[in-house]
Formats: sequence, C-alpha cells, structure tokens
Amino acid sequence: MTQFAVDREIDARGSACPGPLMELIRAMKASRKGQVVALLSEDQGSKVDVPQWVEKAGHKLLAVEEDGNVTRFIVQKAR
Amino acid sequence: MHDIVIAGGGVGGTVVANLLAEELAPEISLGKVRIRLITDRPEHVYKPAFLYLAFGRTAPTAYRRPQRELLHPRVELVVDPVLAVDTSQRRVIGDSGQAYAYSRLVLAPGAQVVPERTPGLAEAGEQFYTEEGAARLYRRLEGFTGGSVVVSVIGVPHMCPVAPLEMIFMLDAFFRQRGRRDQVELIYTYPINRVHSNPAIAEWAAPELESRGIRTETFFNVERIDPQQKVIETLEGTSLPFDLLIGIPEHAAPPFLESSGLTDAGWVPTDRHTLRVKGHEGIYALGDVTDLPVSKAGSVAHYQAATVAANLAAEVRGLPPAARYQGKTFCFIETGTDQATFVEFDYDHPPRPVRPSRWIHWAKMAYNQSYWLTARGVI
Repeated sequence: MTQFAVDREIDARGSACPGPLMELIRAMKASRKGQVVALLSEDQGSKVDVPQWVEKAGHKLLAVEEDGNVTRFIVQKAR
Repeated sequence: MHDIVIAGGGVGGTVVANLLAEELAPEISLGKVRIRLITDRPEHVYKPAFLYLAFGRTAPTAYRRPQRELLHPRVELVVDPVLAVDTSQRRVIGDSGQAYAYSRLVLAPGAQVVPERTPGLAEAGEQFYTEEGAARLYRRLEGFTGGSVVVSVIGVPHMCPVAPLEMIFMLDAFFRQRGRRDQVELIYTYPINRVHSNPAIAEWAAPELESRGIRTETFFNVERIDPQQKVIETLEGTSLPFDLLIGIPEHAAPPFLESSGLTDAGWVPTDRHTLRVKGHEGIYALGDVTDLPVSKAGSVAHYQAATVAANLAAEVRGLPPAARYQGKTFCFIETGTDQATFVEFDYDHPPRPVRPSRWIHWAKMAYNQSYWLTARGVI
C-alpha cells in the first residue's frame, strides 16, 4: 500500500473508458492545490490516459499501484 | 390492480407506454391494469431537430406534436411536472400536489443541461441542446461574418454524443456554402486525449476533421470562461480565445430524482441488462437518466423501451422478466449538410463508421419524418 496520505479516493472500477479519467478530472477540479486523489480503475486504457492527462495538466503522479486487474493511481494537485 | 406509472414523455416513456398498452390491452379492458404517463408538458418534442434548427433548416411544426396524439388511447396522459417520488409509499407527487400511486414505476424523464455549473458559460456561450438555444445560435450564425468559432465539449456525458462532431462538420459546410469559410477558424475541443469518447468514432472522426481544416484541442477541460475577454480557461492551464463559443454544457438528471434518493453520483443506478433500478423493487429506468455506459441518445431509449415494456408485461402476468437490453445503439452522424454516416453498436460490438454518403443523409432526413411512428411504437 501507498505511504501517501490520500484526501479523496475514487472507485471507478467497472467504469469503462473514458469513465475513470473523467472521474479523476472531476475530482481534481473539486480539489485544492496540494491535495491527493487516488483513482481505482479496471480499464486498461487508464494506464495510458491517466498519466498523459496528469502530465499535460501539470499535476504529480505520485504512484501507480497494480493489484490484479485493478490499477490505483495516486495524483497530487500541483497547481 | 396493477398501476403502472411512467414518468417522462420523451421517446423512452412514450414508447414504453405504447408498447405496454398494446401488449396489455386485454388486461386493461378487464380493469386489471392502468397505465399513466406523467409529463411536464402537453407537447412531445423531437430533440434531434435542434441540430437542424441551429442552421435554420427546420421549424417547430416539424418537431412538435401533441403528446396525446402520440399515445395509445388506453394510456392515460397526465400533464403535471413530477416533484418527487415517494418510494416508501409507492407514489409520484406532481407539481399540482396530486399523488399518483404506482405498483410499477418507469423513470424516463430525460436529462437537462446545466450551463450554470461552468462559470461564464451561460453568459458567453451558445448551445443547441434546447429549442431556445438552437434558435438563438441560428441568429448568431447568420450574422457571423468572420473570426474563430469554438465547439467545446464541456460536460461528459451529454445527450447525443456525436452531435458536437455533427455541429462542427455542419458549421464547416455552412460557412463554405456562404463563401465565408476562409474568414472563419473552426476549433473543436474534447476533454480526453482523442476527439470522441468512443475510440472507434474518434479514430474515424480525427482525419475527417483534419481534412476540413478544423483545428482540434484534446485534453481540454473547461474550468471557466471570461465573458468580457472571450477566453476559455482550462483545467490544464491553457487559454483559448474565441469570437463565437458553442459549448456543450454539463448535463444532469432532473432534481426530483436526487431529492427522492434515486441517484448515485448524479444518475440513476440501473442494471445494464434488466434496466431495473438498483436497490428499488418495482422501478425501471431508461434513457438519459441511467448511469449506464451507453449513449444518452434517443435510439438507446427506444431500444431500452422494448426491454422495459416486455419485463413489465411479464411481471403483470406473473412471469419472470426475461427481456435483456444488450447495449444496442444507433446513431446517424451528419458530416456536413448533404452527407452522413451512421454507427451501430452494443456492449460487445464496437461501432464501425462507414464512408459518408448522400444516401445516408437522406435516410436521416427520412427518419426525422418517420420518428413519429417510432414514438407511437410502430417502428
């Protein structure tokens, strides 16, 4: 498990692409600078989409954890 | 007696009502079943017409009909906006104060646009998802002589997922026909890293956009709009100036669903195959209000209506509800003002757009006329 303190966890398991990414975007929009959001996704497309969007939006991808077919992305709002 | 109440007079609610009335005609005659459709207005509106209204290519007589004319004579029509659903007492409360008891309830009230959720959008942006918005956009387009036009998908999910693509393709044709295309920059924006949420449609659309000289911006999530400066600011930290903004606003289920405890994260949690509302006995949902990963489109509501009607009819007869919705969706895609393509897909089969043609455009024009047969449950 992660050592990061997560402010909000989004369970987007079972949601098909681009659902998990849109869930993350909505959560980041509602978060304050410095807060940490964790996203759970089963969608394989998220492994590409989420890191790309985090980089483009200028946030920090703190960790990517895999557990079976579930990926947990931990993202910090950086601006 | 089985008291079936259908909340919503769009395509989903209307088709469910008509299919049920036809199927359960013997039981209705014997007084064993009553079907009531509750809607907020006496007229039925064919919403896909708004895309054409935005270009002055249709009129209210073509897309409005009295709801009563579209309903089977055995369906009782109630015009009374729904204020609440009391699931514990099994009744729907109308704006008039009247309570409508149900033994089975169908939720089909559709989605609505909420531009006010995006700062600056209501003041600075046009949209074509309402009749008033489309009529206003037409006036803007007719008077637009040059500058940048941005079609920006702000809210996902939204009604008719291919409509923003249709809008930008039709804008391209509109300005070319008026000899003004070289004075207009067309820009299309989308929240994720491709031009449509469906990968197959995105793959087809990207070169179509490029070939028309339409600029695209992806990973473009609108945070706010400055109405004075006419600039869009995004969550990604970019700014985009515009002369005319056509924004696809955020959508929401009608407020009564949330206040009645029937939503989760904004939409009605619905079984993807049976269309039963999760956690509530005797309630079905279809169309734009569900949380299903399918298009918020008329064709979806139309196909789902057959499943809901079959399952309700089975329940009335004491049989197991065996009908299953498989995600079937059909959408025409206008690729200009005289050509179109279409996509057909379901949960297991992705769409494969075909080469646009005039024939498909004419099929769409014909469907716009024959829609009234769909609403009646005939086709």
